[in-house]
Amino acid sequence: MFDLDVWQEIFSTIKKNKLRSFLTGFAVAWGIFMLMVLLGSGNGLSNGVASNFQNRAKNTMFIWTNKTTMPYAGLKSGRRFNYKTEDYNDLKALKGVNLITGRFYLGARTFSAGKEYADYSIMSCHPDYEKIEGYIVTKGRFINTIDIKQKRKSLMIGLDMEKVLFANQDPIGKVVNVGGIPFTVVGVYDRDNRRSGSREGIIPLTTAQALFNGNNRIHGFSLTAHEMSKAENLALEQQIRSILASNHRVHPEDQSAIGIYNTLKDYARTMGMFAAINMFIWLIGIGTLIAGVVGVSNIMLISVKERTKEFGIRKAIGASPRSIIGLVLLEAVLITSVAGYIGMVLGVFLMEGVNAIMINSMGGGGSNMTIFLNPTVDLKVAVSAMLLLVFAGSFAGYIPAKHASKVKPIEALHDE
Amino acid sequence: MISIKGVHKSYQTGQNSLHVLKGIDLEIQQGEFVSIMGSSGSGKSTLLNILGILDNYDAGEYHLDNTLIQNMSEKKAARYRNDTLGFVFQSFNLISFKNAIENVALPLYYQGVKRKKRNAMALEYLAKFGLQDHGEHLPNQLSGGQKQRVAIARAIISKPKVILADEPTGALDTTSSYEVMEILKKINQEGITIIVVTHEHDIAEMTDKVIKLRDGIIEDIVINKKN
Repeated sequence: MFDLDVWQEIFSTIKKNKLRSFLTGFAVAWGIFMLMVLLGSGNGLSNGVASNFQNRAKNTMFIWTNKTTMPYAGLKSGRRFNYKTEDYNDLKALKGVNLITGRFYLGARTFSAGKEYADYSIMSCHPDYEKIEGYIVTKGRFINTIDIKQKRKSLMIGLDMEKVLFANQDPIGKVVNVGGIPFTVVGVYDRDNRRSGSREGIIPLTTAQALFNGNNRIHGFSLTAHEMSKAENLALEQQIRSILASNHRVHPEDQSAIGIYNTLKDYARTMGMFAAINMFIWLIGIGTLIAGVVGVSNIMLISVKERTKEFGIRKAIGASPRSIIGLVLLEAVLITSVAGYIGMVLGVFLMEGVNAIMINSMGGGGSNMTIFLNPTVDLKVAVSAMLLLVFAGSFAGYIPAKHASKVKPIEALHDE
Repeated sequence: MISIKGVHKSYQTGQNSLHVLKGIDLEIQQGEFVSIMGSSGSGKSTLLNILGILDNYDAGEYHLDNTLIQNMSEKKAARYRNDTLGFVFQSFNLISFKNAIENVALPLYYQGVKRKKRNAMALEYLAKFGLQDHGEHLPNQLSGGQKQRVAIARAIISKPKVILADEPTGALDTTSSYEVMEILKKINQEGITIIVVTHEHDIAEMTDKVIKLRDGIIEDIVINKKN
């Protein structure tokens, strides 16, 4: 079945029926090409959006306070309250909480180092803040537990601040005056922060409470949960809500007093949207494939019809029914696989080209925000789509071929 | 070589059954040059199809080269056709996208002969009929007589024992017709049995024996004088 002569016979048939072969091939190549482009674009879109979540932990909760909206335990509504260090300890002790930091904001203060000075706001936190927000420490270290325990006057500055305050020197270990209090620089961070860039001084939360009239107040918390299901995550959120409510005599039903923003919900919603878009793209892709398959089937059907007489002659001369089927099938497989391969290569080239152009145009620095990233297709998907088309093309060829092989030579020969 | 006893054949067309062959008995020896004559509807083409294992028969027996041909599988029938039979048709039935050499070489392809060898053999057979310069031509570049000579070359290249010709001169002018008959006669002299179906008397007269069919039975067998 697979000797060279059979292939030569098939090649000569293909070569002498160029238009027919081209049309069959084109339907296949186009189907695969469109599928590659569609799937690539879909992947690019979801990769792009997923990358925007990557810096930040995907299951973070941000917690803050609002005025109460319901009277409770003899207290009127519209009351303001503050979280305390005890809340931090309670939440930290919760099972299911992985990382946690308090957040205590101080307004802008003047930072001065030597002759250089500038105004920056100050943010105070616990060490876990680094991982929760995805800080990149370029020099030195982040705030650590000893800083917290000993209320050390350690300061973390941003890349932009380093440029202003320490032009060309190494800032680590240098002293910076913050609102008249000397702090020691322990690290420099570079972070793509949409709110304040890298222009915010970071100090230990306990230090901030002690030095800047904080008492034991905390403005809010950021925390991440351990790996868990969405339902468990929502239960944890509810648990946090009730602990904070009872600590501060807030009505348990008062949703607005204790503000919680859970990124898991957001992430899940976005990912759900992309799952839907992906499904839609697959739907279109499969539609394109089916169109390709129908095209191939049509051409195979016409081709076999056209060749009925030829098959009759071949049978009269001594061709077995199997050899007739083989002739049609191998021709179909050869054309569809070669054309499918060409379509796949063109599609992959286009998507890789788009990818290369995008990487170049993004260049260095600036915002890494993107909604389109790495728009390429998994090779496994590409190859299986191609195999599917080859299989469908052969199947489409098989039915008329089987039919043709059964036609009696006399009938075929009389079919003018 | 060919022995037919009491062969019946009817065709089913809707509810009607058309009884075409009503008991044919026929013996053809090896090396005979026979023609089958009859008006249209007499069953001569049906008889030829049965002889060529292109069609089945309902009752009776058909022995070809001492083998009973009955309810054969398609595969086996194809092998017999390839080994023992050669066909020549009225409408030539050459494959239009293959040139003369490839058309002639096709039976050898189904015998598994290598490409180089079969093409060389095909050219040799074409040369036999004065077509050595037309080997690369496609069928539509050849005249009717040339096409029929290519078809005959294709029929004999597999060295068959019997050649079945269905109105081989039906689509040709007189000169070409006689040329084709000359060629068939030459082949017959090499010992190959030839059966020609025709309705032309002058063509039938060139054969050794004329079998006259009428309404599905053999009406008469005429032995022509050796010319």
